[in-house]
Amino acid sequence: MTRAVEVVAAGVSTTVQDLGRPGFGHLGVSPAGAVDPQLAGRTNALVGNDRGAAVIETAAGLHFRAVGPLVIATSAEALPRSLHDGEEVTLPADPTRRWQYVAVRGGLAVSAVLGSRSFDTMAGLGPAPPVDGDRLPVGPEPDRPVLGEPVPAPAVRDVVRIEAGPRADWLADGAVELLTAVSWRVGPSNRVGTRLSGPKLAWAATAELPSEGLVRGAIQVPPDGQPVVMLADHPTTGGYPVVAVVRAADVGNVGQLPDGSRLRFRR
Amino acid sequence: MRVLPMGERAALVEDPPGGPAAWAAGLRTLATDGVVEVVPGARTVLVACRDAAALAAAMMSLDEVVPTIAERGDSTVEISVVYDGPDLAHVAAATGLRRAEVVARHQGASYTVAFCGFAPGFAYLAGLPPELHLPRRTTPRTRVPAGSVAIASEYSAVYPRSSPGGWHLLGTTTASLFDAGRDPPALLAPGTSVRFVGS
Repeated sequence: MTRAVEVVAAGVSTTVQDLGRPGFGHLGVSPAGAVDPQLAGRTNALVGNDRGAAVIETAAGLHFRAVGPLVIATSAEALPRSLHDGEEVTLPADPTRRWQYVAVRGGLAVSAVLGSRSFDTMAGLGPAPPVDGDRLPVGPEPDRPVLGEPVPAPAVRDVVRIEAGPRADWLADGAVELLTAVSWRVGPSNRVGTRLSGPKLAWAATAELPSEGLVRGAIQVPPDGQPVVMLADHPTTGGYPVVAVVRAADVGNVGQLPDGSRLRFRR
Repeated sequence: MRVLPMGERAALVEDPPGGPAAWAAGLRTLATDGVVEVVPGARTVLVACRDAAALAAAMMSLDEVVPTIAERGDSTVEISVVYDGPDLAHVAAATGLRRAEVVARHQGASYTVAFCGFAPGFAYLAGLPPELHLPRRTTPRTRVPAGSVAIASEYSAVYPRSSPGGWHLLGTTTASLFDAGRDPPALLAPGTSVRFVGS
């Protein structure tokens, strides 16, 4: 029997993700990959996978069944567990974070597109998001053993570190300081970006910025003055000023912040 | 040329010699270890690296970059177009040209891919005659069909797949702009020369 994860109920915003497909930005292809690569990597480590093995990323409501015996780990639990053939799992809701991960020992062996098993929600590129009834095949056993020591997921932090961005000088006097001076409210967000609301970061002048490359973690300020932090499925180029960039190690944390939570930036 | 910070692992190189597309191609040929993305924009090239050390190393080699023309050599990609776009009449009215003149000017120009963005395989083509430069539509369409040949500002482009869009639609092509199963996946990469031909 081919071992697989059978999706009973796909839930909300459920996709397969790995570490993405960097290197095609010049062709307009976003990196994609897990919004929270640290948490996805930790979940993989629990079952002995490479950090970049393909996992399930979901926002809520995922319910699945083991086809054949499986060893899995979820980002909500500190230890891996074994499932017997036919055993079902429902992921409990986690109000503290936006994204949860399920890793299967062996990784999900769905077809790769441009070297990655990640689905890019902006471009519709990569393995199609699973729907109810889909079977996601599981790859061969890795050599590494499962982890026997509990590794709890770190809590989502409300302060992240930022570095300089290219267009801080596009903001009016005092606006750059506001970025780190206030607590921002997290608004509706997705795999593309985290929207923040707070005091208006006014532009110094009305002008049009010629399109330029973006990175994960770029803090872009549209004309309405409400910053957006770019995440995995960010457009490859954008025409609004990037005034600062969240440190790479902290971008996953930003993506995890639920609607209505607060965030502070620290230099 | 000016180097601007973009976090701890990337930098934005503004106004590089030879222009962004050619300079980006030149940087790629240096095969600098740890450079993950080289993304030309309208005036800049984003250089994104694996980590801060790789960025520092890449920054040391910026002066060695020799601007290079298209990765695909000097061949010109010809895209055949049926000029049946819903905005032809509007573009004619806005530019004071007859429809046939709009088509002739769009077809008569030689284009170069300045940069890509917006969607996989969406190429911003520089070379649009100045008399066809128009601002985007005030209200974008919620759905522009795949293969739409369009203009906005100083660029022409082809929509690789159906998507929302605010450009003026002049016609359609059956050319495949992006196919992830093909190598290279994008028909048009930065630096590629392009001509539109009637069909």
